Amino acid sequence: MFKALKTRIHQGYQAIPDIKKAVINEQFRGLPLINKENCINCGKCISACPTAAINENLSIDMGKCTFCGDCERICPENVIKFTNFHKIASSSREHLIVNSEINENNYRTDAIKASKQIKKLFGRSLKLRQVSAGGCNGCEMELNACSNVNFDMGRFGIEFVASPRHADGILITGPITQNMAFAVEDAYLSVPDPKIIILTGACAISGGVFGNSDALNREFIEKYKIDLYIPGCPVHPLTVINGILDFLIL
Amino acid sequence: MKWIKTQNNKVLDLNDIPLLDLRNLRQEIILESKEGKRVIGFFGAKEASLIRLYVILADDKNSCLLISSAIISKINSYPSITNEIPAFHAFEREFFEEFGVESSDHPWLKPVRYSQNRFDKTQKIENYPFFKMEGEDVHEVAVGPIHAGVIEPGHFRFMCNGENVYHLEIQLGYQHKNIEDLFLQKNKPLMHLAESIAGDTVIGHSIAYCNAVEALMNIQISERAELIRAVALEMERIAVHIGDLGAISNDIAYLMGNSIFGATRTLVINTLLEICGSRYGRGLVREGGVAFDIDENLSDRISKMLDTILKSVKIIGETLFSSSSVLSRLEKTGVLSKETALEIGLAGMSARASGISIDIRTNHPWGEYKNRNTEIITMKTGDVYARAYIRYMEIMQSAEIIRDLLKKLSVCKDNQLLSAFQHKLKSNSIVVSMTEGWRGEVVHTVLTDESGNISKYKIKDPSFNNWYGLALAVRDNGISNFPLINKSFNLSYCGNDL
Repeated sequence: MFKALKTRIHQGYQAIPDIKKAVINEQFRGLPLINKENCINCGKCISACPTAAINENLSIDMGKCTFCGDCERICPENVIKFTNFHKIASSSREHLIVNSEINENNYRTDAIKASKQIKKLFGRSLKLRQVSAGGCNGCEMELNACSNVNFDMGRFGIEFVASPRHADGILITGPITQNMAFAVEDAYLSVPDPKIIILTGACAISGGVFGNSDALNREFIEKYKIDLYIPGCPVHPLTVINGILDFLIL
Repeated sequence: MKWIKTQNNKVLDLNDIPLLDLRNLRQEIILESKEGKRVIGFFGAKEASLIRLYVILADDKNSCLLISSAIISKINSYPSITNEIPAFHAFEREFFEEFGVESSDHPWLKPVRYSQNRFDKTQKIENYPFFKMEGEDVHEVAVGPIHAGVIEPGHFRFMCNGENVYHLEIQLGYQHKNIEDLFLQKNKPLMHLAESIAGDTVIGHSIAYCNAVEALMNIQISERAELIRAVALEMERIAVHIGDLGAISNDIAYLMGNSIFGATRTLVINTLLEICGSRYGRGLVREGGVAFDIDENLSDRISKMLDTILKSVKIIGETLFSSSSVLSRLEKTGVLSKETALEIGLAGMSARASGISIDIRTNHPWGEYKNRNTEIITMKTGDVYARAYIRYMEIMQSAEIIRDLLKKLSVCKDNQLLSAFQHKLKSNSIVVSMTEGWRGEVVHTVLTDESGNISKYKIKDPSFNNWYGLALAVRDNGISNFPLINKSFNLSYCGNDL
């Protein structure tokens, strides 16, 4: 008993006090900044990119990007620089494609089009059914971390639930394999209306490193309206929580 | 010559691989297996219009590997090896699924993962042929593919008598994205694929991939890069082990354990982020070395982190493992005896918890591990307690290893991180690359064609061996103990499904 009490006292208070103000270590690779003027069109970044996230006109698609940093390292002219800015979720697929005009200050303008209706419906309580569909388990580990004592997403009324019947929407990770396609749609259809869909991680948003696989079936993504995209490989818990908070206007 | 001897990361010419008659090869396999060799590879590769079956056995005592092969033509069945050596059961199922060559008296020749390359495309994942039990008191419980928690998909079918589990059948394949074939893409960066084979073993799989291609390119990486890779591998082991102890605590409703281990794990993975920008070590290991350095400042931070986490792990560990209510849930739950574990070819940490002394770091060392003698930690009881306590001990061991590696780094004058190389793989070759990830042996076997392109990339995660171990461990336990037993193995679905 005393041992347990001593252990509890040693633990202290672990939660991040203010999730919105939390800053990740500067080594973290979040929003990329592009300094187009320096570019000499050598094409090294494009061939180093595993997911073809860098376009010819030098914009980076964060829906495809694995944030591996290889392009930044290989560029002889320091054109690409990953910042530690992690609030990169967006409700629009197009907004994830960033060009040289985007920076930490203006990215969030219009990134998430939230509505009062969403806030009214889910602002006090958002329960999500997470569906893992062919990824590597990286995003799943980070989503579990969202609920641990450090990030403590539950304090905002956002939780993962066991049954789609208890959920307000589904949150998908992984590129959706052929073998999993039926279960993904089935889970979504089992959620009562009104409901939302959140795509989490490069795999779910674009197929990610598995984009060229012949064993995927991404019809679901095309068939239904996606409400929120949370980029990363894997997603950082702070990106997830802040993205959802912005979506709920909290 | 029936077998060719090789070692971890040693490149062989494909023409030097013995070619036997299949029945002859089968006899040889049975002979060697009875002398204690262990199967780590049994897979087919298309050669012109024929199928060539490659077999790789590990001789752990002598740190060497045996390779042989057979051309399969004009036959569609052979007497199974599984009946003599049960450890082959999953391998023979995989081979049958992909090529349609039947091991005739295999006890359960069912699909492993409903792979994209399966021979019989009429087989669908929704029509898996489950075992059936009949009787008045018998009932079945079906779980998945989507589980209650935030975890990967898979289907479990329990055959129960009341609360008691007679047998558990595990059906996988939902995570299958044909990753092995993605390694055949030309002029594409493949490093990121290796990092995504199993997201909890990023470093283990990355090093296996890099060691293989570096051997095929015939390049040496710097001492510094080897040291940094080893630091990352041990940090990955510590992080997952701590996380698992938290998850085991959670499954027995010991919530203090869950919260303290959870917070402690955060410190480890956040330190990995300080090294390379990713909490799971992505972006660190690269062909030719590592992309990020550990300088003196970082080295100090890692040391301090180890002090902090070891203090926490010791305090909560001592409290956890001395609590009688905890022990009563862990001890004698989900027992897998040494005999059974040996028979089915259990691998890695779970095997060590059942008393089998194998660790690739010691038995088939690579890189920095060649310079050290890693003690193999084993337990005897093979229950959930053993699989939990061995994690506790391996955390301590890995921390000691990291401290020693950091000392070596501080006097390492070699400052090179990435060695220059030309991306040209040796043609017509085969290399077997093994590492010891936190879960156990990670095996990557790479074959190249005459132009030096990868013609076959075979991955074996320890989960491939161990899923059946979980099924056996659950027998005769209450079904409510399943989550706990499952967590004590913590197997990878994508590592199996590929």
